[in-house]
Amino acid sequence: MSWEPSARELERRSVRQSLRTRSMLVTTTALVVFFGLLVLGVASSPGWPTIHETFFNGEDAKASFPAILEGFWLNVKMFLIAEPLILVLALVVALARQARASWLVPVRVVAVLYTDVFRGIPTILLVVLFAFGMPVLGLQGIPQSPFFWATVALVLSYGAYVAEVFRAGIESIHPSQVASAEALGLGRGQTMRHVVVPQAVRRVVPPLLNDFVSLQKDTALVSSVAVFDAMFAARDYAAYNFNYTSLVVVAGFFVVMTVPLARLTDWLSRRYSDRERAGQVR
Amino acid sequence: MTPAEATALLEAQGVRKSYGDRVVLQDVDLTVQTGDVVCLIGSSGSGKSTLLRCLNLLEDIDDGVIRFEGREISDPRVDKRDVRRRIGIVFQAYNLFPHLSVLDNITLAPRKVHGLGRTEAETRARELLDRFGLGEHAKSHPDRLSGGQQQRVALVRALATRPSLLLLDEITAALDPELTAGVLDAVRTLAAEGTTMVLATHEMAFARDVATTVCFLERGVILEQGPPEQIFTDPREQRTREFLRRVLPA
Repeated sequence: MSWEPSARELERRSVRQSLRTRSMLVTTTALVVFFGLLVLGVASSPGWPTIHETFFNGEDAKASFPAILEGFWLNVKMFLIAEPLILVLALVVALARQARASWLVPVRVVAVLYTDVFRGIPTILLVVLFAFGMPVLGLQGIPQSPFFWATVALVLSYGAYVAEVFRAGIESIHPSQVASAEALGLGRGQTMRHVVVPQAVRRVVPPLLNDFVSLQKDTALVSSVAVFDAMFAARDYAAYNFNYTSLVVVAGFFVVMTVPLARLTDWLSRRYSDRERAGQVR
Repeated sequence: MTPAEATALLEAQGVRKSYGDRVVLQDVDLTVQTGDVVCLIGSSGSGKSTLLRCLNLLEDIDDGVIRFEGREISDPRVDKRDVRRRIGIVFQAYNLFPHLSVLDNITLAPRKVHGLGRTEAETRARELLDRFGLGEHAKSHPDRLSGGQQQRVALVRALATRPSLLLLDEITAALDPELTAGVLDAVRTLAAEGTTMVLATHEMAFARDVATTVCFLERGVILEQGPPEQIFTDPREQRTREFLRRVLPA
């Protein structure tokens, strides 16, 4: 059956279109006015020339760039190694806290102790303690570099945070899901593996990303244990040239790195929810 | 325009709604006078719920016109919140707010949308709760109540803003027969008092009882509408007859 929109509907569409156009105009104007005033306000402040010279100097930005870029690879490497390890560790810890079998009680206790202790210690302290302390132990067959131990410290610290995120996700799955999985004869482990964890992980993607953005930034902490990362290179440059532009450049590096990750997660979680709610009430 | 149309509380003309290629409603004409109880019947997926959602502007229609209280509300320039202040709706799944007590669920809209003071809103809410036999549950949280009680609370929540039209979307579909009876009694009371309602239902006996008009929907079209005596005893359409034969006890 073919259908031609009525005159009223066509008129309505043009009204909708003009409403959309109007709201686009308002949006654009609001954006231009807001950022225009912001730039104007900053640039017209009395200290601006000095700030511009010491923090936003094009020459210094160019000069410090190569060293920072080189250092930044270290940060990238560090969190690319750390992120998967954190995910695995955190999931194991979160699951250990959910274990109900009596012979697993020690595991549960260890998991609780671990999260309590490692979440409580400031990350920079962990990094320093591990990077300077662990090599002294002289463990056989394990690297002694500060880079290695700083990464371990980050993994342990963030593992505790992310474990709590996973736990919150697992506990947010409605008991009826567990009940229906168990009613189908699935064991507790299978229920977790096939029903609870997949749903929980989807639900916690946004806070998970939040922790990873935070981790990416915290890789800069390793500059305090003489690892030549981006932050170290920038401070080095600032100290020799009495110009802080290099610090702004590092900041730029970190921002550029985290923004795409944020957009990716937004897109991922929207895709999940679209798929699960297809055709239903939004 | 005939006098009847001029005074109609709600009037839908040639309403069409589609999701992509799937046409869910087409050429739907419906007139509701003040005091009417219009029952929408038909199999699942025939478009009953979608029609209600369109009437409450929860869905934008793709063609046609909806008028409410003499004003075209399908116009994109109309403030939807204005319309919804005057139309109440109750959903199949209750949709109560689990973090609020029964009383707070009911007083939320009267206080935040209609600007009533707390005392006045609560007095009104308690009156309604008492009338529907829920007085003792005012301070409970919705999850403490049975499905039937929750649905009656949802009904009270919709009534608390004194809407001029009440939409009920298969409100007993999730309830067992005993609880269904309690909820239907509540709706029957409202009908007797002259509350204007449009309701989608699978309860044929109930529809026959309370309806002033029954509409049979089939694949997004109102195939036939008329007074319950006619629809239930002497339907004009073959499809209506088949449907009734399947759902009515012999």
